[in-house]
Amino acid sequence: MVLLLQYTLIFASVLMLVALGGCFAERSGVINIGLEGIMVIGALGGAMVLKFLPVTVGTPVMVLSTVVVSALFGSLFSLFLAVAAINFKADQTITGTAMNMLATAGATVAVKAMNTAASGGNDVSSEIAYTQTKDLLLVRFGGFEFNWFMPVAILCLVVSYVVLYKSRFGLRLRACGEHPQAADSVGINVYKMRYAGVLISGLLGGLGGIVYITASVSVWKFENGVSGFGFLALAVMIFGGWHPIKIALASLLFGFCRALGNVYSGFAFLTALNVPSVVYNMLPYIISLIVLAFTSKKSRAPKAEGIPYDKGSR
Amino acid sequence: MKKENTSLLRRDSFQTLLSSLVCVLGGLIVGYLVLLFIEPRGASEAIFAVMKSFFRYPGSLKLKYFGQTLVRSVPLLMCALSVLFAYKVGMFNIGVAGQYVAGACAALYAALAWNLPWYLCLILAMAAGAVLGAAAGFLKTQCNVNVVISGIMLNWIMLYLTNLLLGTVKSPTSPYTKSLQGTNPGALLPNLGMGRFFNNERSVTIAIPLAVIMAVLIWVVLNKTKFGYELKATGNNYNAARYAGMRENRNIILTMMIAGALAGMGAGLLYLTGIEEWETTIASVPAMGFNGIAVAFLGGLSPLGSILSAFFIQYITFGGGNVDLQVYCSQISSLISSLIIYLCAFVAFFKFYIQARIRRNDEKKAAEAKEGGEG
Repeated sequence: MVLLLQYTLIFASVLMLVALGGCFAERSGVINIGLEGIMVIGALGGAMVLKFLPVTVGTPVMVLSTVVVSALFGSLFSLFLAVAAINFKADQTITGTAMNMLATAGATVAVKAMNTAASGGNDVSSEIAYTQTKDLLLVRFGGFEFNWFMPVAILCLVVSYVVLYKSRFGLRLRACGEHPQAADSVGINVYKMRYAGVLISGLLGGLGGIVYITASVSVWKFENGVSGFGFLALAVMIFGGWHPIKIALASLLFGFCRALGNVYSGFAFLTALNVPSVVYNMLPYIISLIVLAFTSKKSRAPKAEGIPYDKGSR
Repeated sequence: MKKENTSLLRRDSFQTLLSSLVCVLGGLIVGYLVLLFIEPRGASEAIFAVMKSFFRYPGSLKLKYFGQTLVRSVPLLMCALSVLFAYKVGMFNIGVAGQYVAGACAALYAALAWNLPWYLCLILAMAAGAVLGAAAGFLKTQCNVNVVISGIMLNWIMLYLTNLLLGTVKSPTSPYTKSLQGTNPGALLPNLGMGRFFNNERSVTIAIPLAVIMAVLIWVVLNKTKFGYELKATGNNYNAARYAGMRENRNIILTMMIAGALAGMGAGLLYLTGIEEWETTIASVPAMGFNGIAVAFLGGLSPLGSILSAFFIQYITFGGGNVDLQVYCSQISSLISSLIIYLCAFVAFFKFYIQARIRRNDEKKAAEAKEGGEG
């Protein structure tokens, strides 16, 4: 039971972070399908820190540096989307899809090159192991592993809410996603706002990536990407109605479904059902489809999302 | 009409071709830079190994690998057809990967568990893909679920389902499904002796001409039929199509069904050649579907262009295996193809640029002609 709670919280943190990222991009008017790829790149940055920093640096330095580096990697990678979608008015769906492929292929090539060079050609795997340093991120209370990323996620939630709804910047950002022409007419720089939205989404997405790969394992194989978690986060965002607080609640639900897959064998009545384990793997995806089917009809996406802003058009 | 108006650069198809070539070149250059970054010494050799692909091998092997490249281009082409067909009606069919998996599942399960002949396996593969495609279309039109999101969800659901189902017909010693040759040779696609031309490569079958026929068929449907016209109209302006009395929701579901069937058929056309088995422990959705997206956009969203681009993408994917694996890794080719798709997102911009230049030239000429007339 404790384990279920622990996994629910950590997976919910991942989904919340990434969904908040998606929220910032879409509120500014850019659809970010590339969140999956941003997660991979963020995870790559964080995993490098975990691999190369010595265990002796202590918890605060370790947590802070993984957070900073993965957020930085994520937002740098999101520039691919920003440049294509904002400056070149490219199709945002194609760009995002390409970014997802690019991230997995790029991370695989990078990690393999690193492993190959380090081992003189003996180790050609795409894995990074961070068994010892990962312990620094955890505090154990009995059976419950408290992860320092959980408060980080909550902090991000609070900040996101305040920024989006209580600040001038947030109001302007949202205006650019609803009616960019109107925003422009009162002197808001739509391109700048959209850049900000995409970069923040990269930052949060990258952070979500490192939290995801340290959630339940201590070795990550980058060939596998992040197995559709970025897209689950998009489902969370839609279900949460593009609103931070509702996104947090939605991510708890989805996190719970995902956690069940990890820990169902610990529950006597679940194992007694004798359901194959893949059913639990499918569960989050099935639930999200059903939830979306029932909630999408009345969901109201930012009006101008996905439409490149052209100053000249009316 | 003046002569310039029909010049090569003004043709839309030529502009597309030009932009695609720019994308390919860009992808290769960045790929080369990455190789240089990893290890400068063998980088030139490695990028040429990728580009030469099967031409690097001596005579008989060259033909064999050429045959295999063709065989593997078939599912790529089918996935690309699926993507571009759906794209014409305004749907981004990222679910193509799941539809492909569904096709593989149906074809192999029918062949191994029920011992059905190849044509029934192929039809079942198409049906399975069609069901999945229709599901995404239905969710879009009836419940307003974004096709990209539902497609991804269906991809993962289908992957796990397939691993579960095909796990019942896997060989006892490995994670792969039983070989068709040993279990049910009747499920192998007939090859009509075509293997002779490819150094007796068994996997060269009727799948190759069949895929080309499908590409031509899709071209005809899109350009020469009322249904194709309605699809394009719905894709260009949903509301206009609706007011013109086209049944836009029925068309969307039907399109997604056909798109799904194409992807499913692609999987059938690969796995029923016996060139490879399904790995039942695979943990991520096969890249085939996503590469289909690359092929479709690189081919300028044209069925006939996709034939060329499918072959090209498979050609460099095979080339990726040629690099010195002690230094580089074969994923360099997936990196190149993903870069190519990324650049394809800029195709509209390239074209716009070319057209703007032509227009500017025209205006200049017109102005000069006018001045000349006055003077």
